[in-house]
Amino acid sequence: MEMNVKTHDSEQDQITIVLGVIGADVHAVGNKILNYIFGKAGFNVVNLGVMASQQEFVEAALESDAKAIVVSSLYGHGEIDCKGLREKCEEAGLAGIKLYVGGNLVVGKQDFSMVEKTFLDMGFDRVYPPGSDPQINVAHMKEDFGIL
Amino acid sequence: MKIYLLTDFGSTYTKVTAVDVDKGEIVAFAKSFTTIEDDVAIGYNNALSQIFDQLGRFVPAASFACSSAAGGLKMVSSGLVPDLTAKASRLAAASAGAKVMKTYSYELTEFEIEEIAAINPDIVLLSGGIDGGNKAVILHNAGIIASVPGNFFVIVAGNRSAASGAKQILENGGKRVIVCENVMPVFGKLNIMPAKAAIRNLFIENIVSAKGLDAVAKIMDSDIIPTPLAVFEACELLASGSKTEAGLGEIMAYDLGGATTDVYSMADGMPKIPNAFINGINEPFAKRSVEGDLGMRYSLTALYDLILEEDLGLAFFAAGGFAKEDVESWIALCVADPSIKPHEKHEKYGEIDAAFASYAIRKSAARHVGRNTKVYTPNGEMLSQEGKDLTHVTHIIGSGGAVINAKSPMQIMQEAIYSSKDLNDLKPLAPKVLLDTANCLAAMGLLSRHEPEMALKIMKKSFVEIK
Repeated sequence: MEMNVKTHDSEQDQITIVLGVIGADVHAVGNKILNYIFGKAGFNVVNLGVMASQQEFVEAALESDAKAIVVSSLYGHGEIDCKGLREKCEEAGLAGIKLYVGGNLVVGKQDFSMVEKTFLDMGFDRVYPPGSDPQINVAHMKEDFGIL
Repeated sequence: MKIYLLTDFGSTYTKVTAVDVDKGEIVAFAKSFTTIEDDVAIGYNNALSQIFDQLGRFVPAASFACSSAAGGLKMVSSGLVPDLTAKASRLAAASAGAKVMKTYSYELTEFEIEEIAAINPDIVLLSGGIDGGNKAVILHNAGIIASVPGNFFVIVAGNRSAASGAKQILENGGKRVIVCENVMPVFGKLNIMPAKAAIRNLFIENIVSAKGLDAVAKIMDSDIIPTPLAVFEACELLASGSKTEAGLGEIMAYDLGGATTDVYSMADGMPKIPNAFINGINEPFAKRSVEGDLGMRYSLTALYDLILEEDLGLAFFAAGGFAKEDVESWIALCVADPSIKPHEKHEKYGEIDAAFASYAIRKSAARHVGRNTKVYTPNGEMLSQEGKDLTHVTHIIGSGGAVINAKSPMQIMQEAIYSSKDLNDLKPLAPKVLLDTANCLAAMGLLSRHEPEMALKIMKKSFVEIK
């Protein structure tokens, strides 16, 4: 759990998002970069850091009234780790929460459109390939929440 | 002779300890039945006259007291997610010395109105949502709590943005409300001290008189505090030491009482093995847990129900070679007379009482200490640790009649030590076990507020190591 990077004074107007690296994945650097960028972009970031379980994402979103969960996975087991996250959110009363996922989601070099379809079918709203610019995600979130 | 009188108004006994402040030692101890129904002063004066019998008449230099009489400080706490704000609310209430009867999570329902009314709490602690987080649940729960009949206080310690709304709803329902800082303002960070202080103040300012302790409160030189809070402070002092006297380091304490079993740990609880990592919130260095279903007299029926739930209690009966009828006749005796002494009745009752005590220690330990669960990862096997790792704790203190008066206290306290039969429970591996045979923990907690060095020295001197 880390300090949030805050640029806005009022936490009332800010959109809260939950960020973390899912499963047994310990890749910490990207997580720190995302935490910084999302905070700078004006989001209130609840950062779970590395090795976050699905349950932690759901519970953090519940307590913080988050509008989105942003999941990273870099070690190739993303598909197994992410399966059922949407269902858990629905079960917990987080219907309609936005789910974003990105990173090296599968093992090896697979066609990204296939990977994207897999994760969209799982209930994620947006899927990002390896090496994508975090600002694209920021722009998407702003679009999804109607922030200019 | 300069003497301090330290009084513990317990649910069954009023215990008075006299400390000679010049010599720095306990010079007399007396106990008498607590007379809360008529006038608590009667029992107090009975105990006092025993003290005077022992020491001759004197005017005490100061008198201090704590109380768990008239049901103690009964609380209900509630939060949103069980492992987050609900847990934080429970930790806050327990560390303030309350008897936490029940902790609720998520939205309260209509069914729980009756349940809470039946508990008849002194205080309800309402939390839920980190600051700026979920508001809906705490506001909903405020509505439910507002409709619970009863003249209790409500402390609102949840999402700051929802606090005034919740207060309004509760006040419209006729409740007296205190708002304090959130028990979890930021995700995963505990902030239980403000709620703890609010509970303590309510106890001193309102609940003491509601419990009929007004008259004795007036003759004390300081506020009456909840007994478990006094024990908590004694444990803190014993662990960390005072300015001039070293403490014992990381400790645990078990207070096995008639109504509850209280467990204290003063230890950081961080992982002690390299491949373990903490899952969930970091629990506080000073932690108390209280188990209302693990008591040796008033709660013995509930304790027996727990035993029967596990394989119908077969292991319990087999281990002691007890007949079920004997166990049940002992329970009937305890229900009829909570001040009963097992050995005076029959040898076998002493053994049954000890077996119950062992079970209560084992269960309360399992609920207090952290637990490791194996997780298989691409980096190999890891251990996910939930709660505090107390394997390195160096001393365990045993207190309460069922332990101290047992034939073999070590047999009971053994359950507080790490064992392969509870492989994943992170209990102390090789601690020294000390007994509070002088029954002085609460009294020394009271003394610690005024003479910490002396309280610490007395505790170190009077605790007896057992093997």
